[in-house]
Amino acid sequence: MSESSMLEKFEDKIKREVKIEPREWMPDAYRKTLVRQISQHAHSEIVGMLPEANWITRAPSMRRKVALLAKVQDEAGHGLYLYSAAETLGTSRKEMVDDLLSGKAKYSSIFNYPTITWADIGAIGWLVDGAAIMNQVPLCRTSYGPYARAMVRICKEESFHQRQGYEIMLTLAQGSEEQKAMAQDALDRWWWPSLMMFGPSDKDSKHSAQSMAWKIKRKSNDELRQNFVDATVPQARLIGLTIPDPDLKWNEERGSYDFGEIDWEEFWNVVKGNGPCNKQRLDARNKAHEEGRWVREAALAFAEKQAKRKSEKEQVA
Amino acid sequence: MNEKNDWPLWEVFIRSRSGLNHKHVGSLHAADADMAIENARDVYTRRNEGISIWVVESKYVIASNPGDEESLFDPADNKIYRHPTFYELPDEVKHM
Repeated sequence: MSESSMLEKFEDKIKREVKIEPREWMPDAYRKTLVRQISQHAHSEIVGMLPEANWITRAPSMRRKVALLAKVQDEAGHGLYLYSAAETLGTSRKEMVDDLLSGKAKYSSIFNYPTITWADIGAIGWLVDGAAIMNQVPLCRTSYGPYARAMVRICKEESFHQRQGYEIMLTLAQGSEEQKAMAQDALDRWWWPSLMMFGPSDKDSKHSAQSMAWKIKRKSNDELRQNFVDATVPQARLIGLTIPDPDLKWNEERGSYDFGEIDWEEFWNVVKGNGPCNKQRLDARNKAHEEGRWVREAALAFAEKQAKRKSEKEQVA
Repeated sequence: MNEKNDWPLWEVFIRSRSGLNHKHVGSLHAADADMAIENARDVYTRRNEGISIWVVESKYVIASNPGDEESLFDPADNKIYRHPTFYELPDEVKHM
């Protein structure tokens, strides 16, 4: 089959909402876009464990501790589902991990902010996981089969994450003056970075148009951001916290909230590696990778030895 | 970062409950079969998703070629006589 007829067949599938599966023909740029997006997504899950792990040993109760442990374990699992999905496109785990460790690959900038109080764990679950869910639900319908299936699993697990975060915020907001102030302070610091999670505005997003045409992306950055604001503002109000945006106002005509301009300079600065924790996060990943090297090698040596013993035994028998 | 060897890739199949067949759920890396089962348990059955796990090293899976889709599967399209609705029965026969 000629390249043009294969392309025609591919585009027809996209049009008819038929999923593209691993070994089928696809345009190189489609494959490249997917590898980039899925691996960045996987890296975000892995690096995202770091700010939360900071509080596991200092969680205020056993209930909070087991929940946080389970959540961080989920994030590791989500990273794995996504790496596996990316591997079906012909890239290797090693390539992806190397790109993360060298700083070549990107991950969500939100994880380059520090978790300085316990309330930050509440804010992350509520806002960061809330924004992630908003982003991920439409991705369950993305055009590449393995990615869509990974997203279905992830979305199922993610809803507990947001609820545990909101419960932490609710508890703090009903507590002492200090606790309430702690919750408000966390919201103040995490609100804007959470809005930035949806990426640049549609007019400045260089990959968006093509990704929408290929149905890799199903909703635009600005549309998702608006949905998130509309869903989250009433939740803040319900627990007596104030969104740190003087321009936030209900727009009767649009049936949505108008909100203030995002500080795009800060956004690009963190993307470029100058956020508060970029270096710390990469150092932590590199340290863990190096310190785990002997474990990976020992497991492989053990597997080889067992296989050799087994084959020797079979020869004798 | 000169890893000597990467752990091989395994495909994971889970039986969600008795009476159902094992279904492919994804893949993972592990040094050997025992570790593949352990990792599959931790990764794919954290919320009672399964009661039995199969793992098979990915390199042993032989798959049909997507390019052969038409020659393999289209011939079934025009064999409507393989389906019960092809046969015309009197209305009096309610269930058959």
